[in-house]
Amino acid sequence: MVFVLAIFVGYHVVWHVTPALHTPLMSVTNAISSVIIVGAILAAGSGVIDRGSILGAVAVALVAINTFGGFLVTERMLEMFKKKERPNPPAGGQADRVKK
Amino acid sequence: MNETLSPNVIALIYLLASVLFILALKGLSSPLSARRGNRFGVAGMTIAVATTLLITRRIDLTLAALAVGGLVGWLVAKRVEMTQMPELVAAMHSLVGLAAVLIAIAVVNNPGAFGLQDPVPAGNRVELFIGTFVGAMTFSGSVIAFGKLAGLGKMLRLFSSAPVVFKGQHILNLIMAVVMIAFGLLFVVAEPGTHWPPFIIMTGIAFVLGVLIIIPIGGADMPVVISMLNSYSGWAASGIGFSLNNPLLIVAGSLVGSSGAILSYIMCKAMNRSFISVILGGFGAAEGTTASAEQKQVRSGSAEDVAFLLGNAESVIIIPGYGLAVARAQHAVKEMAQKLIAKGINVRYAIHPVAGRMPGHMNVLLAEAEVPYDQVAEMEDINGDFGAADIAFVLGANDVVNPLAEQKGSPIYGMPILEAHKARTVVVNKRSMASGYAGIDNPLFYMDKTMMVFGDAKKVVEDIVKSIE
Repeated sequence: MVFVLAIFVGYHVVWHVTPALHTPLMSVTNAISSVIIVGAILAAGSGVIDRGSILGAVAVALVAINTFGGFLVTERMLEMFKKKERPNPPAGGQADRVKK
Repeated sequence: MNETLSPNVIALIYLLASVLFILALKGLSSPLSARRGNRFGVAGMTIAVATTLLITRRIDLTLAALAVGGLVGWLVAKRVEMTQMPELVAAMHSLVGLAAVLIAIAVVNNPGAFGLQDPVPAGNRVELFIGTFVGAMTFSGSVIAFGKLAGLGKMLRLFSSAPVVFKGQHILNLIMAVVMIAFGLLFVVAEPGTHWPPFIIMTGIAFVLGVLIIIPIGGADMPVVISMLNSYSGWAASGIGFSLNNPLLIVAGSLVGSSGAILSYIMCKAMNRSFISVILGGFGAAEGTTASAEQKQVRSGSAEDVAFLLGNAESVIIIPGYGLAVARAQHAVKEMAQKLIAKGINVRYAIHPVAGRMPGHMNVLLAEAEVPYDQVAEMEDINGDFGAADIAFVLGANDVVNPLAEQKGSPIYGMPILEAHKARTVVVNKRSMASGYAGIDNPLFYMDKTMMVFGDAKKVVEDIVKSIE
């Protein structure tokens, strides 16, 4: 039920993503899928140190690369898209580049 | 699990995190709202992780692991070149896949740690099986995709960007898939204590299958492959979410899964390829290069000639392609455009959906070079303007401007193209006359109004910049 609803929502939201931002979309979905870290944390924190908790900790470390890296690299990319719209008046588009 | 938070509170918090993730994706509908969206995503992830830490018994291991992984992720995110984004994304998909497998093993090892009954109920085992094999395939498939993208073909033939095909490949894949499912079902019905062997065999086959599925796919189809693996990584997370009865994982996973699926569809459409034919692979092999056997005349010019043409134009449309990304010429191109704009010339960029090596890659490269995004137009928006353009400047693109796509019977018939051939003059920069990924000749190069400039995109554009007064 939740599953179907989420696919439905995902479908509608993603179709509205502008093609120019498809790469950031992919890196941010990457970061979001790292929510699997929740499972890894549960495994690592089972209370005893055994095969399961060690594997869990390894999984936490691996996915944390995504969690941090994914959001940060997305931010870095979006920063590049952001920079330009301040010097650009909505109408002109290019006139301001001349001044530089 | 301990009882610091009631299940209802946890459910509410997870719901909130899910909503924040949806808002993160929604933000990407415009560059203006995208950064706020990303922050929503960070917030969602923070509360999800913090809540989970609150309900776990011991967090020392977790915190240490978080610190290590976080540091690596931070370093990678800071250092990665924008041209390497496809490799980075592929590597990250593999991590999600591997984590899914590791978590699944931990679940089989000790279901109690996840608040599940021991032994795991059959229903959860089915979901565990699905999450594990999708995760395993995502992992090994992404490793191959990473190798192909990073150009490691010389190190290991499996990483070759040319399709690796052999006889009976599809039959073998099919048989392995059936065997894998059989072992998966054995795992589901296994008596307590005997579930390890089928689980391990099933996972092993899934790893091999992931490799076999990606190796036959050629370099040109990489945008589809990345999108597809993006989707898989989401479904893997979702599968693990089902087996842990965790709605947050289910929701986030299926958001990612459907996002990747839509991107795959968009990429396939932009290349006029059916999803099935991409999966079956073999496209982009060196077989089709025979087309250039007949000698046809091309008009070639120097960078100075191009500078002269550009200087006298009123409107110029630049079509950047993969070649530009490889030559890392985006900064030089931007400098050229700036000089032209300073002369009062209207300069725009036309982006084909598959330009670059992953969806939207070219947009990021141009953004990195500080090209204002309102100079950058998508294919549908700019195609009508080529007729009025003085010059279409094609930089390292080939198939996406091939007018054969409008001709019935051509192998790329029906593929949406940028209509560069409609411009008054066409300038094409290429390294040589070699054909593109599709392996077919491009009549655009032989048109009377076309001038070819051979050479490395960066070098050529820098020379042009020097020659523009």
